[in-house]
Amino acid sequence: MNQKQQRALLDPVFKNNPIATQVLGICSALAVTTKLETSVVMSIAVIAVVALSNFSVSLVRNLIPSSIRIIVQLTIIASLVIVTDQILQAFVYDISKQLSVFVGLIITNCIVMGRAEAFAMQNPPLDSLLDGIGNGLGYSVILIVVGFFRELVGSGKLFGHQVLPLITDGGWYQPNGLFVLSPGAFFLIGGLIWWLRTWKPELQED
Amino acid sequence: MLEHYLSLAVKAIFVENMALAFFLGMCSFLAVSKKVETAVGLGAAVTFVLTVTTPLNNLLYKYLLAEGALTWLNPAWGSVDLSFIRFLAFIGSIAASVQVVEMALDRYAPGLYSALGVFLPLIAVNCAILGASLFMVERDYNVGESAVFGFGSGVGFWLAIVALAAIREKMIYSDVPPALRGLGITFLVTGLMAIAFMAFAGIQL
Repeated sequence: MNQKQQRALLDPVFKNNPIATQVLGICSALAVTTKLETSVVMSIAVIAVVALSNFSVSLVRNLIPSSIRIIVQLTIIASLVIVTDQILQAFVYDISKQLSVFVGLIITNCIVMGRAEAFAMQNPPLDSLLDGIGNGLGYSVILIVVGFFRELVGSGKLFGHQVLPLITDGGWYQPNGLFVLSPGAFFLIGGLIWWLRTWKPELQED
Repeated sequence: MLEHYLSLAVKAIFVENMALAFFLGMCSFLAVSKKVETAVGLGAAVTFVLTVTTPLNNLLYKYLLAEGALTWLNPAWGSVDLSFIRFLAFIGSIAASVQVVEMALDRYAPGLYSALGVFLPLIAVNCAILGASLFMVERDYNVGESAVFGFGSGVGFWLAIVALAAIREKMIYSDVPPALRGLGITFLVTGLMAIAFMAFAGIQL
């Protein structure tokens, strides 16, 4: 793996995280993070779609007339999402029910479209595949961190197992229901961006 | 009957607000909320397109894609189920209707067209539009219900984005910590707005 490929894979995870720095892909990121399990499944789905769509778009990049490239990219992405949705329904039906419309919304997830347009159209297939995996991982990091805190603070569970014993069951933990609801997700992402930009001041806006 | 539609609209606008409860359309919600004027333009365009595409996709789904939908063409096709292809069909019909709406507005309402300007084409990839169509399928609405639902969701999004833009305009005067400026503080403000909208939960008409 040469240096360029390494950068394509690792940069998006922290240094240039698509959610925290480029405001991409929050559309479907927040709704699925009430539980860690759904966050993980959603992450895997997004990594698969963004990696494969980058790869396929890059394969045909020299054949697409630039005037219809958006339609072509959209069709490739939508087909991959259909396949992903069918696989989820076949193997993890319960979780696919919980994810409800948000699997379909991967199509309009700006990360997928953004990477196809910005990276895959100019770069060879292997680099694009790695860039896709990198961006998918960057998305997953945020999703899993948010899912971890929302499930832990909101209901005292991780992956559905009770880790903090609840007061109602004779334990000591009083769950904070706010984190299961939508405002909790906004606060967590806001806090996460705050922490990330304090740690890496070059990302700050003015 | 009218009450049912009214209750559906109120639910879509306040209780299940697209942006604040389902996080749909977040990308443009955060990117285009720096000024009230542009926020109003985007909100109007989203409402317009949602009101057109949701019932359109409803017809598309009911007469072409759902299981047994093709029986009106040929009784022998009763077992055909094309519903898996709905993602592709919906995104196509949304892109096409945005294009048609754009051309129609340009021809018949040039004032509105130049006011909406760059926002119309952007809307094709707004998750709120596709989201509304997918929710429509999941909740099994009929044509009338989906038109009301589309309109209500659009107004809800409009309300939320204009409110956020107004807050962000006022925020110029506040001393925000450097690391929180821009995106970070916007998320926190949106969170507070979401709490405010939660007060609507439980409203029944």
